[in-house]
Amino acid sequence: MQRTDYQIIADMISPGSRVLDLGCGDGSLLELLSREKNITGQGLEIDSANVGSCLQKGVSVIHGDLDQGLVDYADKSFDCVILSRTLQALLRPDYVLDEVIRVGKRGVVTFPNFGHFRSRAHLLIKGRMPITEQLPEPWYFSPNIHLFTIKDFEDLCRRKNIAIENSVYLRGGRPFKKALLYNLIAEEAVYAIRGKK
Amino acid sequence: MKGKGKDIESPWEAPDSAGIVETKYCTFCRPPGLMQLESGQELGPLTIAYETYGELSGSRDNAVLICHALSGDAHAAGYNSTSDAKPGWWDFMIGPGKPFDTDKYFVISSNILGGCRGSTGPSSINPSTGRPYGQDFPVVTVKDMVRAQRELLLHLGVKKLLNVAGGSMGGMQALQWAVDFPEMVSSATLIATCARLSAQGIAFNAVGRRAIMSDPYWQEGRYYDEAGPDNGLALARMVAHITYLSEEALHSKFGRRLQENDRFGYSFSTEFQVESYLDHQGLSFTKRFDANSYLFITKAMDYFDLTEGGSKSLAEALSNVSSRFMVISFSSDWLYPTDSSQEIVRALKANSAEVSSCEIETRHGHDAFLLPGSQQEEMVANFLNSNLKDRRKQEGSDGCKDRGQCRGPITR
Repeated sequence: MQRTDYQIIADMISPGSRVLDLGCGDGSLLELLSREKNITGQGLEIDSANVGSCLQKGVSVIHGDLDQGLVDYADKSFDCVILSRTLQALLRPDYVLDEVIRVGKRGVVTFPNFGHFRSRAHLLIKGRMPITEQLPEPWYFSPNIHLFTIKDFEDLCRRKNIAIENSVYLRGGRPFKKALLYNLIAEEAVYAIRGKK
Repeated sequence: MKGKGKDIESPWEAPDSAGIVETKYCTFCRPPGLMQLESGQELGPLTIAYETYGELSGSRDNAVLICHALSGDAHAAGYNSTSDAKPGWWDFMIGPGKPFDTDKYFVISSNILGGCRGSTGPSSINPSTGRPYGQDFPVVTVKDMVRAQRELLLHLGVKKLLNVAGGSMGGMQALQWAVDFPEMVSSATLIATCARLSAQGIAFNAVGRRAIMSDPYWQEGRYYDEAGPDNGLALARMVAHITYLSEEALHSKFGRRLQENDRFGYSFSTEFQVESYLDHQGLSFTKRFDANSYLFITKAMDYFDLTEGGSKSLAEALSNVSSRFMVISFSSDWLYPTDSSQEIVRALKANSAEVSSCEIETRHGHDAFLLPGSQQEEMVANFLNSNLKDRRKQEGSDGCKDRGQCRGPITR
């Protein structure tokens, strides 16, 4: 089954571009993009079993830890750098976001919205860390170590002088454009960003 | 893997075996057209021993070159005769349905320049004296080895390789290929290798060479009419063999077990199993390897440094590559550790090259690339497969198949 954010990401990618997918998992997204958008893809993935799956799909993938940064890549060496459901699992999300903007002409970032009303209610009423569809693991072994809301992300972009070109939100797997109370009703967000000149 | 398990009396008849294969020879650079070596010296004529497995496609887009490591040879797969006890050195990787699938690829394996298994090396006859070269053989480098392989490919009618692959020193050659002849290399598979040999690697090579050169039978390399420096060569191999294994592999294979007795003999005879194993490795090596070749090849490895002594960064050294890369390392390899592979990956990233890399978890140390049963097989198979698919897509060579020859980008 295809992930709900993939088609939205695909819509934000120009055909034929060079794409770097950080935390590319089993390579499904890059495979989709190379099939539908004829991109040249490069993945970065920490799990060696996932690396094997990428290679099976014909996706180029580097086995490594992206918290170590993208230091080796030249400035603007990719048309687009993707962080799909990865930012919240990083040790230094702010640093990696800087690197995304440096290495990529554009970035596409997707993340689960911790500001969704179900998460808020879970914490408010039950007094415990939320377990939701987007964040299914209990706190003690969740890979999602830096949870944040849509407004937190927009604040960070503002502070880092990152321009938001486009944003799409997901609710029940269906996309919607920015609307009233979006930080309350969106389960997931997809942002296209770039560095301001 | 297909064909395994059943009662196959003759292993060369197994459906996944390359079968009975013949070592062939190709001679070039005859005088006056000698090969200009990196050292400035000239050499010729040159003979390269090689084997091929599978068929070259009509559009010549499926050729794969296998480069061997220090002690390897052209015989990488199958059996040379029905009396062979063992198949070629990478038999689990090459054959029908195997990663280097000979139903799909035309696989070429050659013995390196400077070797002693059919290619021109120090044990070959020097045409100007009528005697073996010995120490008069010029020092050859990895770059020279690659140039000799290129001559062989041109002889075989291969203008562009789908892939060049090798482990250890074979990986050095594969990387040198991608640097020196980028237009001839679609993709490169670099396994347990480096872009420059480490000080530790040089150190172990130096010990091996000293063992040979301090053997009184070495006689400055002029031993071909007499008993050679077998003790020195065996000792060199024993030391090297330790570096190919991990501590854990040695422990699990031999532990502290004794070979013959269950008590110490309080003497200096060979007592521990690991001692006996190394003795055997050393002795059997002297039966198939030339001591002078060992000196020349280890020297070529020591000289291997794509940064040319640090005069340029590795990223600069790799700036002209156009191949797609696969870089594999093994977690317990301490001779060519993951760091040395990562150095290559980082330089390729800096050049925006398409690269895949993986550190495979194993306890087998450097030797892991010569052993079946790791992720290596699947990764290489998938990497090759996607390269063939993409190359055929790009060059549209499907339509050329029937014509038997393909014009257009392939001859670029």
